[in-house]
Amino acid sequence: MSTGKRLDVVGKPRRRVDSRGKVLGQLRFADDLSLPRMLHCKLLRSPHPHARIESIDVSRAEKHPGVHLVLTGKDFPIPFGIMPVAQDEHALAPERVRFVGDPVAAVIAKDEQTAGEALGLIEVKYQPLPTIATPEEALANAETRIHDYGEQGNIHRNQAYEFGDVEEALAGSDHVFEDTFFYEGNTHLPMEQQASLAAVEGDGKLTLSSSTQNPHYLHRQLARVLQMPASQIRVIATPNGGGFGGKCDPANHELVVSKAALILGRPVKICLTREEVFYQHRGRHPVLMRFRTGVTKDGRLTGMHLQTLLDGGGYGSHGPASTFYTGVLTPVTYELPRFKFEACRVFTNKPPCGPKRGHGTPQPRFGQEVQLDKIAEKLGLDPAEMRLGMVTKADALTANWLKIGSTGLAECIRKVVEMSGWKEKHRKLPEGRGVGLACSAYMCGAGVSIYWNKMPHSGVQLLLDRSGQVSVLCGATEIGQGSDDVLAAIVAETLGIGTGDVRVHTGDTGLTPIDLGSYSSRVTVMMGNAALQAAGRVREQIVAAAAESLEILPGRVLLSQGRVFSADDSSKTMSFAEAVTLAESKFGTLGAVGSYAPPRQPGRYKGSGVGPSPAYSFSACVVETEVDPATGWITVPKIWVAHDIGRAINPVHARGQVIGGVYMGLGEALMEEQVFRRLPAKLSGALVHRIPSMLEYKSLTSLDMPEVEVALVEEPDPNCPFGAKEAGQGPLLPVMPAVANAIFDAVGVRIDELPITPDKVLAALQLKAEGKPPRIGPGSFPNVPYAKAMFVLPPWEGGDGNESTPQRAIAGAAGT
Amino acid sequence: MMRLPWFDYRAPKSIEEAAKILAWEGTGAMLLAGGTDLLPNMKRRHQMPGTLVGLRNIEDLKRVSNGNGLRLGAGLTLTELLAVRGLRDRYRGLAQAAAQVATPLLRNMGTLGGNLCLDTRCTYYNQNYEWRQAINFCMKKDGDVCWVATASRRCLAVSSTDTAPALIALGARVKLVSAAGAREVALDDLYNNDGIDYLKRKPDEILTEILLPKPAGWKSTYWKLRRRGSFDFPLLGVGAAVKTAGDGTVEEARLVLGAVSSHPLVIKTDSLLGKKLTDDAIAEIGETAESRAKPMDNTDMDLRWRKHVVADFVGYALRELRGDDMGATRLRIAKQLV
Ligand SMILES: Cc1cc2nc3c(=O)[nH]c(=O)nc-3n(C[C@H](O)[C@H](O)[C@H](O)COP(=O)(O)OP(=O)(O)OC[C@H]3O[C@@H](n4cnc5c(N)ncnc54)[C@H](O)[C@@H]3O)c2cc1C
Ligand code: SF4
Repeated sequence: MSTGKRLDVVGKPRRRVDSRGKVLGQLRFADDLSLPRMLHCKLLRSPHPHARIESIDVSRAEKHPGVHLVLTGKDFPIPFGIMPVAQDEHALAPERVRFVGDPVAAVIAKDEQTAGEALGLIEVKYQPLPTIATPEEALANAETRIHDYGEQGNIHRNQAYEFGDVEEALAGSDHVFEDTFFYEGNTHLPMEQQASLAAVEGDGKLTLSSSTQNPHYLHRQLARVLQMPASQIRVIATPNGGGFGGKCDPANHELVVSKAALILGRPVKICLTREEVFYQHRGRHPVLMRFRTGVTKDGRLTGMHLQTLLDGGGYGSHGPASTFYTGVLTPVTYELPRFKFEACRVFTNKPPCGPKRGHGTPQPRFGQEVQLDKIAEKLGLDPAEMRLGMVTKADALTANWLKIGSTGLAECIRKVVEMSGWKEKHRKLPEGRGVGLACSAYMCGAGVSIYWNKMPHSGVQLLLDRSGQVSVLCGATEIGQGSDDVLAAIVAETLGIGTGDVRVHTGDTGLTPIDLGSYSSRVTVMMGNAALQAAGRVREQIVAAAAESLEILPGRVLLSQGRVFSADDSSKTMSFAEAVTLAESKFGTLGAVGSYAPPRQPGRYKGSGVGPSPAYSFSACVVETEVDPATGWITVPKIWVAHDIGRAINPVHARGQVIGGVYMGLGEALMEEQVFRRLPAKLSGALVHRIPSMLEYKSLTSLDMPEVEVALVEEPDPNCPFGAKEAGQGPLLPVMPAVANAIFDAVGVRIDELPITPDKVLAALQLKAEGKPPRIGPGSFPNVPYAKAMFVLPPWEGGDGNESTPQRAIAGAAGT
Repeated sequence: MMRLPWFDYRAPKSIEEAAKILAWEGTGAMLLAGGTDLLPNMKRRHQMPGTLVGLRNIEDLKRVSNGNGLRLGAGLTLTELLAVRGLRDRYRGLAQAAAQVATPLLRNMGTLGGNLCLDTRCTYYNQNYEWRQAINFCMKKDGDVCWVATASRRCLAVSSTDTAPALIALGARVKLVSAAGAREVALDDLYNNDGIDYLKRKPDEILTEILLPKPAGWKSTYWKLRRRGSFDFPLLGVGAAVKTAGDGTVEEARLVLGAVSSHPLVIKTDSLLGKKLTDDAIAEIGETAESRAKPMDNTDMDLRWRKHVVADFVGYALRELRGDDMGATRLRIAKQLV
């Protein structure tokens, strides 16, 4: 790492490299692509939430003028799924549909209109099956199995871990707080609807251009489903108009158009309607959770028992990981001596849930941070001071063996307290106005890949030539988060040139070295480290050639602002292009590769792979609310957020990411919900998405967005390129609990479920007026058959990171 | 994307020509103004007219004339309406309603006439064909049950126009023209309390003009409840207008609720007459309005809550007319000053 050197590019506010094309409308999204002889595809989707397909008759559709091909489930015998342990989807359902919107057939025709017409000519006979709408129903109706794999009945995943004897810790606590929370599901709502274009190239190979966040994983699944060597397939991730996790899974339509293009030898395109995007979903899991948390009388945590129940929808998707994530990151923010979590994901007849910004962690973070507010209230402590007193320390281990690395959480808390005037406001504003505070942490990249392998997580290749042109190639995927800009900036900084001098090629499995994709906030750290290595290698060659020509020691060569010169004698200088020419003369064609794999983590127990990360980002947030006691109407005049980003590669852009996260978080706090309607059972078996439309699925408009004051806390992390951590997901996480806490401060009611809407606030105010506990939230927690917890001793209790036997079991055995 | 069904398109240049086409084509034709309501509905296969009669080339539908009151062409876009001189001062309620319709882009396309003839709305209905197929459709289109109230023999879809309650409060009349002749009706009489047959307009009639009486002595306002500051249809609209004596005594008053019924709901204002707009008088009529509102579970937000806040919103409107500074409340509710 080029420590010590004055930075020219990194840390300077700059226009991002792809902004010009975006604002001029030149950037070509997948749906902008068009090829000669291109055909159009549309999918027929199930109108039933759960049914067996008895027969499909496509003969009339096939005969419809303009139709080229009709595909059904029998054309896709091989199942797929993003996770090796959940290969439970088919491109087109072969015999069973599991939610309204599950694709069953595809028509490829001369245009979209014709394809749409032909869908109406396909006759599918369904035999409806009993439907499961909620996790409670899923647990109660084990015999109506949505899938015939999984743990038992409709339980897809059951995970349980105990780090130290939690019951003992709770028993020895001054207080034990028990709270239940519910976080409603919601969806990503990217501006761009998914689109894909598949074509067989002149050499007979398949190219799929698609709005995807993960071209590499898609590439693997295509090879699997199409039964083709991966080397014959090229996946190009087109610039994404937003992803937020919704374009991580390989999707049915991507497989269908690829297959169709191979059969027909003509390009085939699809663009989903907005409604179909709601069916593709893979969004936030609805999660019911229960926290039992022990504290000392001065407000330090002694132990926590967390139980979660996830409503997974109809397929596995990222579910196994999502389930882990409702537990594993909980101990990252505050010192927690003992921790137990039990998590269960069930199948229901609704669109599959998966990863959305914050993947599995916003739900427990909401519960945890609201519960802390209740604890502070009960113990008469200042919520900010209480948190400050127990933040995790740099380089510490957590009870579940995660290594913290750098942390700026304390600084984040101090910053938001100061910016917001917390001390003058909290518990001091007039009735109806309040402030709330919450914190969070997030990963900077998952420590292990989705499939097991020992290879790098990110690779970068640099090509330079005598024109001075620097091309950088990486499989990383631009989804609007600015990864292309980060890539250009790191290369430019290392080579002493401007980002405008770097040509960026990303997200193309036919050209670029593999990067695992845009998920888990991994790109800046992993791609960035790989880029740093590649650029460092080329830099050495340039320095060597320039030093020779300038007749100085290589150690005295500086690269800055497009010049290569002597640190001691400014007359000894040449342009970057001249230096490249010298280097090309000396070493031959210039190029270098760099790669990155995350460091090994201390946890050794089975399942310890989920949660570790090269670094963690931290955020703190204060939200101010105004609540009208007569109507429950909620207004949020201002939000302050401080985010420990390590270092901001491009501060304008980092702020944009933070504000974007706050925007999404506030929407989840106040209105966003992916909810369903079931009709009266006597009359209908329907179970439909209530509002699959951009108009009726409510997310904030610009008029609803308050001013956001952002502080970037820069605590460079040694594992990260130039110390830069993540900003894409973390800053969303504290917003929802901060809103809930602010509402309590304003009117003294607890809304323990999201979204927090005026009707819930009003109902709680009415309870308060009647002298009842002023709380709206889940009343009880169902009896979930959790797995037996794996016991692991925390680091400070003599553990070695492996599974061990709890002391109580040993004592119990000795006693018998 | 969702595609439109096939249709013929006619583009008459005059009201007469348009009326002739309608008379000739019968019920297979529909008028197309801005298309912001009709075209999305056609994509979802709610209406599938064989012929669309485009109104945008008819200059006469854009006319604004002042005389004994104000005459507004039905073809004015909402943006054009908002630019009509004096509108904000003299017919404030209408300006406030029009300014809160949909989004700026939609107001650039959507017309006043289209807004008054807007199809009624329901979350079981404003869905595409496939979605409606998944619930086996409903009474309003292609099915026979009303899912909102399965015992109901009538469709309860919601009257969702913002300008109608404001205009009825202002005492507006509308002119309807067909090949057979013209007639004028009070705007209130244009509507049926029926989610399917929601207009008393005959299929061959064109709404050509909106006629507003002179505003002398009247003050008006419009308050809209919706989840967000933009985009959303009303969950409640309160159009109110009062004429007061110099000392503030109410001489005449009109109060109309939108979006809580299948038609704009006119509330009797007798209790206000001869009184000043005191807190008590306002609370009393607020309760009357609340008891008459019948929100159903077919729009956004909790229906009991929507009913509960009717009195509050009526209060905002009347307090504003009384002269209270409602700016801060307006900002909290509307997210903008209108
Ligand atoms: C996202 C979105 C949000 C919206 N939000 C709102 C809102 O908040 N409030 C609101 O009130 N509306 C809203 N609308 C509906 C619509 O945009 C407006 O009501 C608009 O004013 C309709 O006018 P138009 O000219 O586009 O009507 P069109 O779509 O052209 O026509 C609507 C109906 O009126 C008939 N019609 C049109 N002109 C005449 C005429 N002169 N004589 C007889 N019949 C006629 C048509 O045949 C059709 O049945 C929204 C629409 C969308 C898509
Ligand atoms: S109110 Fe009933 S009949 Fe009318 S649109 Fe809604 S569900 Fe259909």
